[in-house]
Amino acid sequence: MTAPRVPGWRRLLLEAGYSLRDFFGTFGAGQLFLLRILASLPYALARPRLVIQQVYVAGVQSLVVIMLAGLFVGMVLALQGHNTLSRFGAEDTIGMVAALGLVRELGPVVTALLFAGRAGTALSSEIGLMKATDQLAGMEMMAVDPIKRVVAPRFLGGVIAVPILTLIFNAMGIFGAWLEAVIVLGVDEGAFWSQMQAQVDLQDDVLSGIVKSVFFGVAASLLAVFEGYNCVPTAEGVGRATTRAVVHTSLTVLVLNFMLTAWLLGGN
Amino acid sequence: MKSGCPGADNIIVVRDLHYARGQAMVFDGLDLEIRRGGVTAIMGPSGTGKTTLLRLITGQEIPDRGSILFDGDEVTRMSRRQLFRMRRRVGMLFQNGALLTDLNVYDNVAFPLREHTRLPERLIRHIVLTKLHAVGLRGAWRLMPAQLSGGMARRVALARAIVMDPDIIYYDEPFVGLDPISMGVVVRLIRRMNDALGLTSVVVTHDVDEVSTIADCSFLLADGRVAATGTPEQLRDHHSETVTQFMQGMADGPVPFHYPAPDYGEQLLAPERD
Amino acid sequence: MQQTRAVELGTGLFVFMGIVALFFLTTRVSSFDEYAGQEGYELQARFDQVGTLKVRAPVSIAGVQIGRVTAIEFDTERLEAVVTMRIASQYDRIPADSDASILTSGILGGQYVGLQPGGAEDYLAAGDEILYTQSAVVLEQLISKYLFNQAGAGE
Repeated sequence: MTAPRVPGWRRLLLEAGYSLRDFFGTFGAGQLFLLRILASLPYALARPRLVIQQVYVAGVQSLVVIMLAGLFVGMVLALQGHNTLSRFGAEDTIGMVAALGLVRELGPVVTALLFAGRAGTALSSEIGLMKATDQLAGMEMMAVDPIKRVVAPRFLGGVIAVPILTLIFNAMGIFGAWLEAVIVLGVDEGAFWSQMQAQVDLQDDVLSGIVKSVFFGVAASLLAVFEGYNCVPTAEGVGRATTRAVVHTSLTVLVLNFMLTAWLLGGN
Repeated sequence: MKSGCPGADNIIVVRDLHYARGQAMVFDGLDLEIRRGGVTAIMGPSGTGKTTLLRLITGQEIPDRGSILFDGDEVTRMSRRQLFRMRRRVGMLFQNGALLTDLNVYDNVAFPLREHTRLPERLIRHIVLTKLHAVGLRGAWRLMPAQLSGGMARRVALARAIVMDPDIIYYDEPFVGLDPISMGVVVRLIRRMNDALGLTSVVVTHDVDEVSTIADCSFLLADGRVAATGTPEQLRDHHSETVTQFMQGMADGPVPFHYPAPDYGEQLLAPERD
Repeated sequence: MQQTRAVELGTGLFVFMGIVALFFLTTRVSSFDEYAGQEGYELQARFDQVGTLKVRAPVSIAGVQIGRVTAIEFDTERLEAVVTMRIASQYDRIPADSDASILTSGILGGQYVGLQPGGAEDYLAAGDEILYTQSAVVLEQLISKYLFNQAGAGE
């Protein structure tokens, strides 16, 4: 409807142009939205109760999902590691392999993806529904800025919750790896832990993973509240916004992960 | 006082308002005044932009052309800060109440006070209970919005709208979807609040009969302009076809019953649909 | 009010779990780097060959870690590698004639600097250089040397 009728490859090119324009438009709108949220942070920080509530909603609700996922990811890492490493007689390094995989990559990435699916969708649809039921307009009419009162605390809650969830995911994952490797597959317990401790570095591995998770927390929370706030205020619009939030967050997290990894490794 | 229609002291003056949404013209040179202290009804068939008019007057949308004065200040050129200052003097009742779903009735009514004042909690409690009592829902303070009926939700929203003691209250379709009892309650509350608190009330509605019992003055919108002005009686005796069709709820008239269509016979006989 | 308490309690427990997880990750999973700060003193050593020695590799004596490698540079005049390491301050009595060698931990492990104590009366101090050093063993060189020796013995 928007594109004028032109045949063949030229239309394809035109459509690519349109989606590129849409992409940068949305990208820019997201940046501006982030600036508006950041400008509202003093308001949110002056009302810690609102933020605590959102940490609770974002964190506690995702907790069980994150813990289960962490446990099974850790177990499968140990299983795969054992299968491969035992060919070289290096089963002792399973703990190290699992721990490095978890704290550097899988922990932050999988946590962010699960957060997007559990808490992110809840955020988008909650804000979208508030918009659809005039609650946001109602706040505007009561001279209260919804970005300050609704969006900023939810954003902050997500940003705080994601790194904590990542830490819990990592710990559960390593517990799962221990369970599978030591208890099920009979790897020597001492070797498991000592190899892990010798090769996993607090700064380069654990902390760089946390740095990643902070970025992911910002990205996932921002996209969730952005899509909810800018949705078409109908039942269908809210549904679409929720889906879009998950898809965009997943892609953003994966792209961002590559960029952050390159940056963190390049720093050494 | 008899007519209640615009006089010397108007709180809102709209001049030559033009507004289009996409290709569709909503307002085409609308002029309108709202008198301070009265209950003014803005009526019109669905889709004539009654709600849009409220959004324009409260600065939620910006018109293409024209001027809107609120108590002498130009709304169309206000900064966000000025808008917020104006809105503290304004109460608004949305169609479905727009109560905050995560707060209970008490906290909903207390919300504007907590956001805008630093009153001690004792005083807030006093004010909130007074306002809830005025709408007859003091006993429901603990309920969540999801537990309220449509009429109750609107009454809570009314209590919230008057909690900051505004100068003017806008009601957006306050009678839609209410049973007769709730409807009667809301109708009477609008009048009572207006007189007891010395407010100005603007009621946007298409329920002619209900609003006629309380309105001092009515505006009838049609085709992006004011088609008629006057007391409910004056409108009822109006000669224009547009007004009589709306006031008496006739199916056909200037607003046609049939959506524009080709000739009936021709379409039936046409071989293919095109 | 009751609900607010529950939220606060839940959030508190959640954050506490995060702290426990962090504690677990720092103490059980990774080696806490106690040589990262500015405490301690620096020593230098020159090697012909450092192999795959990396910055932050451990420095140990009798198998006990006492410090870390902080810098590896190449001296363009003497054509040698200069390894700078930071030793924790409590290990300030290392004999001046100790020697340093680059060793490998296990078959697949990383390389580290091992110190062998000498018998001198005076001790190494900040900025001193360890004079006796033994370069890293490069596997390819070892193999080719072995092959040449075999060839020589066969004649």
